[in-house]
Amino acid sequence: MTMLDVNGMNVWFGKNRDRVDAVKGASFQVGTGESFGLVGESGSGKSTILRAITGLAPDWSGIITVDGTPIGKKRPRGFFKTVQMVFQDPYASLHPRHSVDQVLGETLHLHGFDDIDGRVAKLLDDVGLGQKFRFRYPHQLSGGQRQRVAIARALAPEPTLLLLDEPTSALDVSVQAEILNLLADLRADRGLTYLMVSHDLSVVGHMCDRLAVMRNGEIVEILDVDALRASNAAHPYSQQLLQASL
Amino acid sequence: MYGTCDVSLLDVKNLWVKFPSRHGVFDAVRGVSFTLGRERLGIVGESGSGKSMTGRAILRLIRPPGIVEADHINLEGVDLLQKSEKDMRAVRGERISMVMQDPKFSLNPVMTIGDQIIEAYRLHSSASKAEAYTKSLEMLEAVSIRGPERVMRAYPHEMSGGMGQRIMIAMMLIPNPEILIADEPTSALDVSVQRQVLDIMDKLVRERGMGLIFISHDLNLVADFCDRVLIMYAGRIVEVCDADKLHDAQHPYTRGLLNSLPRLDAPRDRLEVLKRDPAWSDAESVSGRI
Repeated sequence: MTMLDVNGMNVWFGKNRDRVDAVKGASFQVGTGESFGLVGESGSGKSTILRAITGLAPDWSGIITVDGTPIGKKRPRGFFKTVQMVFQDPYASLHPRHSVDQVLGETLHLHGFDDIDGRVAKLLDDVGLGQKFRFRYPHQLSGGQRQRVAIARALAPEPTLLLLDEPTSALDVSVQAEILNLLADLRADRGLTYLMVSHDLSVVGHMCDRLAVMRNGEIVEILDVDALRASNAAHPYSQQLLQASL
Repeated sequence: MYGTCDVSLLDVKNLWVKFPSRHGVFDAVRGVSFTLGRERLGIVGESGSGKSMTGRAILRLIRPPGIVEADHINLEGVDLLQKSEKDMRAVRGERISMVMQDPKFSLNPVMTIGDQIIEAYRLHSSASKAEAYTKSLEMLEAVSIRGPERVMRAYPHEMSGGMGQRIMIAMMLIPNPEILIADEPTSALDVSVQRQVLDIMDKLVRERGMGLIFISHDLNLVADFCDRVLIMYAGRIVEVCDADKLHDAQHPYTRGLLNSLPRLDAPRDRLEVLKRDPAWSDAESVSGRI
């Protein structure tokens, strides 16, 4: 089963003289329950792919199929129940004047759930925060706790595909370990599919089954993690990345 | 190690940084001592461990109500704490420079890069504008920026993170300082650009005999790049070791940090999570003095 199928995706910004082609002809498939990584340096277009899938980058062409349904320009409400995203910077992705309860409650309300009270409590338990964090504001939380709230928010509509945009790069290594463990547990418990962007090959190596290496908006190579561990990358650029991260 | 390490450029003894707050005095740095020779000294720790505060305290950049106390902070035998604010200004930039974490916040957004570098240079020397311009071009080339003329005319927002960081380094190095304090200089950069920036700093330590304090949270990077490492936890130094022996470090905190890193060559189902022992923060600071 294929959860996500991206075929010949192009994403661009601006027009005419100022046009920048951020992603050029990217194609890959992510199976149901699989964890797929996108690596590359900044500006290589890896985050742009995630943004195009969720509809945050409006100018794209190609075919995106999520769970068998092709995506058009306008995404139906059901799409956002299937696909959710966790952003890089937990300091910037939470509303500073909304408490944790409001953030999660609003998301649940928008998706038309009932028993919001009980669900908020369960979500907080699921991400290992507990009830005492429920009425706190983002400035009363540490970076790792904020990222847990962001993950809880993404889990609120009970999605099957989670897009992770550098979920730990703003965190300390000790906190990174906690968040990566949490993500691994959630995937095992809920049978989630991950599409994870990172510039850190060792993080992708830990979390993912297969990965795509990107450069200048193009996917230069798709390989599985065993090949990565054995330094069996075929493309010289992937080799170079491997060298730099060992 | 490079050159002679017995000549210490900087000698810090029993440094405290305190911030009075509503809930009593908060100690950000607690009794830290170390020396810096003509070497690359790494300071690692998590956020909030006081590593940046240590760097700032050396330059006396901590503003009131923050309090800096120390037995002494000697720069080649002269105590920086005894200097007046006016004398201190002659030290900052000229003898000790600092590269901050994020170039976006350390460059002036409404001045061209050329004007900023020239201004920084002319503050410390009596060079003419034309001389300063050529010198600035040279420095930009030295930090491997292509098309320095164009960059001189550009504004900071037109630069990428890596270029901004290299521009900061160029600006800091024009007065030829004896000590460079680099506060997470590469954490906003890609691995490939990171290497370039490190190579530039490495060359400067070797060729100019500069002392470098390299503040970072990246253990592998520090193990790879520095000569000696101080590991900080909750405002104290918990361990001092040679960088090449960092992977054999003894302190449970250092071990915990090392074990929490995912590794390509040693796959694991679960990463180890650091278990904090309250005793770590109570223990006396280890001295990093030679």
